[in-house]
Amino acid sequence: MAMSGGVDSSVAAALLVEGGYEVIGVTMKLWAGEDDPFAAHRFGGCCTVGSSEDARRVAHLLDIPYYVLNLQDEFHARVVDDFVAGYSDGKTPNPCARCNEWIKFRAFLERADELDCHFIATGHYARIERDAGGTTHLRRGNDARKDQSYVLGMLTQHELRRVLLPIGEMEKPLVRERAAKLGMAVATKPDSQEICFVEDGDYAKFVIDRAPQMALPGPIFDENGVKVGNHNGLARYTVGQRKGLGIAAANPLFVTKIDAPNNALIVGSREKLAHDGFGATRATWTQTIPRAGQKVAAQLRAHSVAHPAQIVAADANGFKIQFDAPSQGVTPGQMAVLYDGDEVIGAGTIT
Amino acid sequence: MNRTRIYFDNAATTPLLPAAREAMEPFWNDTFGNASSPYATSRAARMALDGARTQVAKLIGAHADEIVWTGGGTESDNWALLGVAFANLGKRGHFIVSQIEHHAVLESAQTLRELGFEVDFARPNSDGVVEPEEIARLMRKETLLVSLMSANNETGALQNVAEVAKICHENGVLFHCDATQSAGKLALDVDGLQEGGGRREEGGLGFSSPLPPPPSPLDLLTLSAHKIGGPKGIGALYIRRGTKMKPLLRGGAQERGRRAGTENVPAIAGFGVAATAARCDLESNAAHLETLRNRLENGLSEMEVEIITQNAARAPHISSFIVQGARAESLALSLDLAGFAVGTGSACASGALEPSHVLAAMGYAPQQAKSALRVSFGTQNTVEEVDEFLETLRRLRERR
Repeated sequence: MAMSGGVDSSVAAALLVEGGYEVIGVTMKLWAGEDDPFAAHRFGGCCTVGSSEDARRVAHLLDIPYYVLNLQDEFHARVVDDFVAGYSDGKTPNPCARCNEWIKFRAFLERADELDCHFIATGHYARIERDAGGTTHLRRGNDARKDQSYVLGMLTQHELRRVLLPIGEMEKPLVRERAAKLGMAVATKPDSQEICFVEDGDYAKFVIDRAPQMALPGPIFDENGVKVGNHNGLARYTVGQRKGLGIAAANPLFVTKIDAPNNALIVGSREKLAHDGFGATRATWTQTIPRAGQKVAAQLRAHSVAHPAQIVAADANGFKIQFDAPSQGVTPGQMAVLYDGDEVIGAGTIT
Repeated sequence: MNRTRIYFDNAATTPLLPAAREAMEPFWNDTFGNASSPYATSRAARMALDGARTQVAKLIGAHADEIVWTGGGTESDNWALLGVAFANLGKRGHFIVSQIEHHAVLESAQTLRELGFEVDFARPNSDGVVEPEEIARLMRKETLLVSLMSANNETGALQNVAEVAKICHENGVLFHCDATQSAGKLALDVDGLQEGGGRREEGGLGFSSPLPPPPSPLDLLTLSAHKIGGPKGIGALYIRRGTKMKPLLRGGAQERGRRAGTENVPAIAGFGVAATAARCDLESNAAHLETLRNRLENGLSEMEVEIITQNAARAPHISSFIVQGARAESLALSLDLAGFAVGTGSACASGALEPSHVLAAMGYAPQQAKSALRVSFGTQNTVEEVDEFLETLRRLRERR
């Protein structure tokens, strides 16, 4: 059972124990952060010493063994380096999705094998159903506002078969209530939101520290290739951004494209943010590869709407999607998850 | 919840000896006085303090007044380095510490740099031994102190303390030895064996074979109680009379003004008894530990396992080995689930295990270092436990 010290995984662990499973609690140590043990941020939030102390306390309360697994090398190679490389390539990567895929499920499964565990469990809000044929189906959680099936979208049968999501059927208030009933001190802890390894949410600084060329000033062009201003480092911009462009124009301008090879920013009006469709690489499919023409709903961010669409092409490596109506939110580097109703059928990285 | 049935991590800490526990008992309540006060309960506490001081002094052939109580080995290590630095703030100077020291020494050395001192880190050879020539090579005329442990806590490899002490002595440089792991396992005398120079009745023994006896004295030496059957939170720093030192903790006249703070009388009483037991039973304990270790290593030799520093002279209680192709972290956790406690490098603040700096310094690749386990025996361990461990390890290896 992956335990972060938060409410969700704590209650999930309790439910497994109640369900008669032999449970081992673990916290994954992913990121060392800075060295100052007196720094204020070391006392709260995800992936801190404080959170492992909370998880350890809950495990003790449940009378289960508890360990902190060192996954720092894997995390650095698979998530942090990928994050910086993605930014440097003009993309807006989604490190949480990468972390889920490579660390919280794949690397974790490997460790679970080494400890002879049959299942891994997490505190995500999503449902995994096993049908009579032995196939597992990943579905949205019952609490629509908390649904986290999007961040699990890249899992395949290989992982899903061995994953338990004990609170997937529950709604958040009920989870908090259960935590309080169990006497868990974490019952009122706030949900974590920010990217765990970036301090103070300053992505630009994090990227620039590791890829200094991302701080170089460069030109801003409009849709027609006319230079309309200068930017102060591509690390500071993402597609869809309006603030911080420093351009006076009759209509509000948005970043529509990041041209990393030329260190240039392309801006345009709001309508230019809408796309007819998109392509994706690094495809994963929860079951078989869907056929062209299949109706799907494509979700492009966590906690956003899924856009009705159809599959233009799909194979083991990637897919192409056509929206039913032009839609915003196509951000290269972000993950697109495809749904059939409330079931996840696959995922990929937007190109 | 699973329980630890077989405890093989005695280099981390040891269970409290019943005699030590008994010695501590009166000082929680009956004789609770502050040892610095003049009334009856305090006088009794003071007597316990001084009695224990003699007991610990005897373990290393020191004068009782050269033993100063500290909060443990970590404080002793910090103090040895920083205390010498504080006494030389005027002109600064140079320190030599080995790369295989405990973090208490390594991180204090980092602080020395922040204070404006220069520090060189002496490298070990591939057997985990810092050669005296390496120390001599780094020696400068501004060198103030050399710090080298007697037995490494991860590999057990014995360091050539006698030879290094001699080099220091000849150069007029202070020598600090962290004896946390060797105390109670190997005979040790702070005076070495100089002709007519030994202060102990039985004469200075130096380290027992195969090393020659140390010909030169040590100036500073770290001891910890809980590695020899004493309580946690108490240690000592041996400080040779006349050593140019300054206090680390200030604000009281305790310990003759060398270390401020009300003394932990119960723990000190326990330390004294543990030190006596370690001294009196040294030979039989060492023989028992060696029997256990040999049995373990004979068993391991039948598996795909590389024993670290097998060619070096080692403390009798420690055996580190690389389990080829296995992740030590998972192996240690599986062993825990099966009821065994073994060591795997040091833990960070959150409890995650970090790869060993000692193995890295010896030239092991990170991947190999991540496959290293440490078994360290205590006098309470038995041959049957070793056999059960080997059996379990074999089963875990076959699982994959």
